Amino acid sequence: MIGELGQLSLCFALALSLVMANAGILGAQPANDTARRIAHGAAMGFFVFIVLAFGALTFAYLQSDFSLRTVAENSTTAQPLIYKISAVWSNHEGSMLLWMLVMALYTGAIAIAGRGGPRITAAALGVMGLLAAAFLLFILFTSSPFLRFDPTPFEGAGLNPLLQDPGAAMHPPMLYFGYVGLSASFAYAAAALIVGLPDSEGWARAARPFMLTAWITLTCGIALGSWWAYYTLGWGGFWFWDAVENASLMPWLIATALLHSALATEARGAFRTWTLLLAIGGFSMSLIGTFLVRSGAITSVHTFASDPTRGLFILILIALAVGGALALFAWRAPSLQGGAAFEPVSRETMLLLNNVFLIASCAAVFVGTLYPLALDAMTGQKITVGPPYYAITFAPIFFALLALVPLGPRLAWRKGNLKEAMKPLYPALGVAAIAVIAVLAIASPKSLAGAGAFAMAGWLLGTSVIEIRKRRGARMAGFAAAIAHAGLAVSLLGIAGTTVWRSEALAVVGAGDRLAVGPYTLRFNGISNVDGPNYQGRRAAIDLMDGDKVTATMRPEQRIYTAEGQDVSVTAIRTTGLRDLYLALGDDRGNGRWTLRAYVSPLAPLIWLGALVMALGGALSLAGRLRVRAPEPKAAAPVLAQAAE
Amino acid sequence: MNARKRRRLYFAAAIVLAAGGATWLILGALKDNVIFFRSPTDVAQRQVQPGVPFRIGGLVADKSVSHGSGAEVRFIVTDGKDSVPVEFKGVLPALFREGQGVIATGALNANGTFEANEVLAKHDEKYMPPEVVDALKKSGRWKEGGS
Repeated sequence: MIGELGQLSLCFALALSLVMANAGILGAQPANDTARRIAHGAAMGFFVFIVLAFGALTFAYLQSDFSLRTVAENSTTAQPLIYKISAVWSNHEGSMLLWMLVMALYTGAIAIAGRGGPRITAAALGVMGLLAAAFLLFILFTSSPFLRFDPTPFEGAGLNPLLQDPGAAMHPPMLYFGYVGLSASFAYAAAALIVGLPDSEGWARAARPFMLTAWITLTCGIALGSWWAYYTLGWGGFWFWDAVENASLMPWLIATALLHSALATEARGAFRTWTLLLAIGGFSMSLIGTFLVRSGAITSVHTFASDPTRGLFILILIALAVGGALALFAWRAPSLQGGAAFEPVSRETMLLLNNVFLIASCAAVFVGTLYPLALDAMTGQKITVGPPYYAITFAPIFFALLALVPLGPRLAWRKGNLKEAMKPLYPALGVAAIAVIAVLAIASPKSLAGAGAFAMAGWLLGTSVIEIRKRRGARMAGFAAAIAHAGLAVSLLGIAGTTVWRSEALAVVGAGDRLAVGPYTLRFNGISNVDGPNYQGRRAAIDLMDGDKVTATMRPEQRIYTAEGQDVSVTAIRTTGLRDLYLALGDDRGNGRWTLRAYVSPLAPLIWLGALVMALGGALSLAGRLRVRAPEPKAAAPVLAQAAE
Repeated sequence: MNARKRRRLYFAAAIVLAAGGATWLILGALKDNVIFFRSPTDVAQRQVQPGVPFRIGGLVADKSVSHGSGAEVRFIVTDGKDSVPVEFKGVLPALFREGQGVIATGALNANGTFEANEVLAKHDEKYMPPEVVDALKKSGRWKEGGS
């Protein structure tokens, strides 16, 4: 019953999304209020039916209704409540329904907020309707989560044990809010192209909350995924340049470029066409990411089942969405050109450089990710592109970008004065110099790369503090950029600490053996067997020693999930906030001897703390946007208002 | 030249410079950092140069795994036709077994032993790395349905 209700809701939602697409695009005409009202109504109905469908699936999981195939394959009655819920999106079918739910939320928000005026809103709803219809067809024809299982099994197969983890449960919704948020900015960009000037003048301002939401959630989603990989995979690393990780990094890089470029478009009408292209590019990257992850082209935890028709469908969707948007762009963009001129030294130039560096770094990731796939498809030659490639391409490009970050907000629009802008920043240069000297003097081994990273972090943090002091008393949103940029510095410190100064020990230990790693001494006390509800575990007891005194006991574990035949290592991490001691239990070498891997990662927690700080910066900006309801922009009015500022 | 044209010129110059620089970086980096996959037969036939990193994949030969006194372990990777001895110092994946698929990254040393710095086994029992499947198919030792 519940399955049919869900399936039926999806069908109604499909019908409404088609109505929304038609009415929305008709509603982009100046005098078509009826179409706009229909689009609005359809958007609301679409939202309701998607929520119903998602609710039905969630209810089936909560009831452990194993007559539904996806429930039987991904849940058991014994699963804790939170993993019954997260199991809803832990598989391909359910995650596509989550995608739709997020899309419905954004669609509802676009309809209710009505930002950018009725014509832009209607056209944006029309584009969302088209996208929603395409995804709903995809779900209904290739990946319905409501298919029945006959006969109904007594017990389900259970959720992949690697995913029975709070980080893994929250990671997909976060990421999808980011991916789909980029579809909302895409919809506004396409709407601007459809509507044309002068009514499209305010599109960047209208789309800003959606861009910000997408960027904030993408930041959090990537950080969550990286943190999860760090503590579950047992290799002590936080980023492996794996294709699925890159799939989420590329949209983030473009979304970051978009946020910055849109600033110039909003304030000065500059880069108008470029910002439109970025909005299209950002969503294209989301789709390519989805393709990489969902098509089975690459193997990973995310590959639930490789089904070539799904990959093909997503490829067609990419071709239609991107091709259609680019054709629209080629047709309409010439009429949107213009905007205020600027000098070589100006905030516009800095934002341009920001974009150039971000796009270049994204290109590096793009080539590294897709080249092996292309080569395999064309020649059958199997290759991998490893971290060293990214270390010499992505890293220097991004590093160059970081050096310029503090200058942007200091320079005036149109014509800035570099000397004047730099003057208040000299203390930050001092901080950077001190950081270099301190790192070279104190840290061992000596590392120029490490010192460089610390100098850069000092420069970024110093300038952020100066910026925040200068703006004391301003609205909270005024601090947003400074805080987000400080977050970059915090993450950079963490990345430098773990990559340059991580110490590592690997040994075969028997009971009573000691192992030294970094400043710590560990004592292995043997293994005990643990019988979990659905796994067999071997748990080590490892004492952290201070001379002969035991200061703490750490318990890394090795689990075999019997039903799934899967091994999961449970690491033990002890953190001081500035340094992680990380233990992973290895393989059984017989006679009570085990391999044990230990890492000491200085500053590791800062990697994720920095991402949180960045997200906080974004959230402040978003809060500022939502509180101050700007009046509907008339043609060119925002440009004048900003210029007068 | 008016202001708009000048701005466009900057824009174009910046893009061209950045695109050129990025392309140069990317191509240079790709040339030196691509890691090829080789089956044991490839290694036997193509005479892979010692010291050049690559990935090798196949089955762990029966009764070939031996441990040293420390964390080092030796085993033989085979595709049924040819085999290559592998030496590894580190933690083996828990589902590393004789007779099962494995992929290792590393390089040959002067004695023709593959010194691995990373060993990956499948992480669930149903999964066989696609590279290994291909290698076994090529050597004619792949049985459909039986992994």
